[in-house]
Amino acid sequence: MQRYIIKRFFQSLIVILGISVIVFIITHLTGDPTDLLLPPEAGPEEKELLRNQLGLDRPIYVQYLGFLKNIAHGDFGQSFRHQTSAFSLIIGALPATIELTIAAMILSIVIALPVGIISAIRPRSNYDRLGMTFALLGQSIPVYWAGLMLILLFAVTLGWLPSTGRGGIKHLILPAITLGLFSTAAIARFTRSSMLDVLDTDYVRTARIKGLTEYIVVLKHAFKNASIPVLTMTSLQFGRMLSGAVITETIFSWPGVGRMAVQAIYNRDFPVVQTAVFVTSVIFVGINFLVDIIYTYLDPRIKYK
Amino acid sequence: MPQLSKIWAHMKNAPLGGLAILFMLVMGALFSEFIAPHSPVDQDIIQALRPPFWFEGGTWDHFLGTDELGRDILSRIIFGARISLVVGFMAVAISGFIGTCLGLISGYFGGRMDSVIMRLVDIQLSMPYILIALALIGALGPSLRNIIIVIGITSWVDYARVVRGEVLSIKENEFVDLARIAGCSTYRILLKHIFPSVVNSLIVLGTLMLGRIIIFEAALSFLGLGVQPPTPSWGIMLADGRQYLTYAWWLATFPGFAIMLVVLGTNLVGDWLRDMLDPRQRAAVRGKR
Repeated sequence: MQRYIIKRFFQSLIVILGISVIVFIITHLTGDPTDLLLPPEAGPEEKELLRNQLGLDRPIYVQYLGFLKNIAHGDFGQSFRHQTSAFSLIIGALPATIELTIAAMILSIVIALPVGIISAIRPRSNYDRLGMTFALLGQSIPVYWAGLMLILLFAVTLGWLPSTGRGGIKHLILPAITLGLFSTAAIARFTRSSMLDVLDTDYVRTARIKGLTEYIVVLKHAFKNASIPVLTMTSLQFGRMLSGAVITETIFSWPGVGRMAVQAIYNRDFPVVQTAVFVTSVIFVGINFLVDIIYTYLDPRIKYK
Repeated sequence: MPQLSKIWAHMKNAPLGGLAILFMLVMGALFSEFIAPHSPVDQDIIQALRPPFWFEGGTWDHFLGTDELGRDILSRIIFGARISLVVGFMAVAISGFIGTCLGLISGYFGGRMDSVIMRLVDIQLSMPYILIALALIGALGPSLRNIIIVIGITSWVDYARVVRGEVLSIKENEFVDLARIAGCSTYRILLKHIFPSVVNSLIVLGTLMLGRIIIFEAALSFLGLGVQPPTPSWGIMLADGRQYLTYAWWLATFPGFAIMLVVLGTNLVGDWLRDMLDPRQRAAVRGKR
């Protein structure tokens, strides 16, 4: 078990290293930052001087190692636009994104699990049909359009909820629904199919024959076993949400990492972009690592090879 | 080969709605000039911001209304199908090719090759793909070609995983061993003996991915880093419509509805194809999209 955790830990480290390489490559594709940093009238000597100061004249692998060393210290360079470190900007925006993602996740799970479970218990019933139709629609609606339509209905037409900014719980409702929509649909469909698989097993039939109440059979015997694939699925959805937050935050002017990153891309503020990509990716890797460890407790049969 | 009666049984279950939507998409993209009532780019300020025909001020001439420059919404949606379809098909082809190659290699050779490719999959899955795509397009410059390339190289993961899984089980078959004993080269075994068995899964996945990529392309255009105006694209129409949301709801509503319909179509047809071509995968992949 300990060996398994250590192994997974090192695998995660390799993934993070790989992410750092890709972030580094993207930064290099963006061309010469001296064009952005210097005024247009700057001559070639000044450019050369700045390139030397920034270390851009060194061999590429030396630059990468330097980059790696810096990010290990949380130093992603200065934002070109705001005169602060890119890392502190992103860390400052992080709580807003986490708040939104967690709200969306809770919303998805609270809706998706009951819908999926009830659909599985009564397959082909009207309830099942209705639930799965909504799930199919939820997987087909583009996030940005869903957001705009929610704004149109609840903010513009009815005037019930605010459409922009971060504040109390009222500000959170529309962005959380928007961000959670796809995952709600995906988790509901997935819960239904893994419940259907489990309900068809011998131990569930045995539990029924023993005369246990339906409630106990479904929740304790069936769902507990169906929950493992659902958990994998849900943790993957978390990554989707961190990515989807880019669009949701832009639509609702939610002051999180995603909106900051999009604005940084518009402004060609690449230190901020690379920090955003790196920090979000590392969070996702961290979550997956934790989920893997939780599994080993949920399902003792998992082999720690 | 499935028998005729089996094919007929599946045809009876065909999602007619989904097939009709995809048929309309392809027809709209191919024959935009003939179907669309107006030019997608001609401006007519006098006709600006007309609502759809069933609202006061709307006319039959502009069925779904006009935008802020008096361009016909319906015509722009019909021409927009072109961009969606071109980007969708090209990006599915590129990502399918990359993913299939990596999946074949990973599944067939196993060992170190497999670990490397699987770590690549982990890396790709861990990164916020929208941000990566935005950053790459920001760096390379927004053009149709760059959009296709960027979407292509960021969406290969699903193909690699599905193909790898299939290959792992296919290569245990006797016919693969026999081919090897008969002296077939590895390349030939992969291409002639293993690849045909994964084609069905690829068709299913490709259909489902087409919808996802159409959403992705429109998202990039929506954020201003996709296709550039005045090219009619559903994403650009949404971005324009967003500014007029408070008093001209139809600008953003209809293009988004078009995207949703098309994606619904690909999802319905994809699910159906899966049931028909790939019954083994049904339980494994269902809901994972």
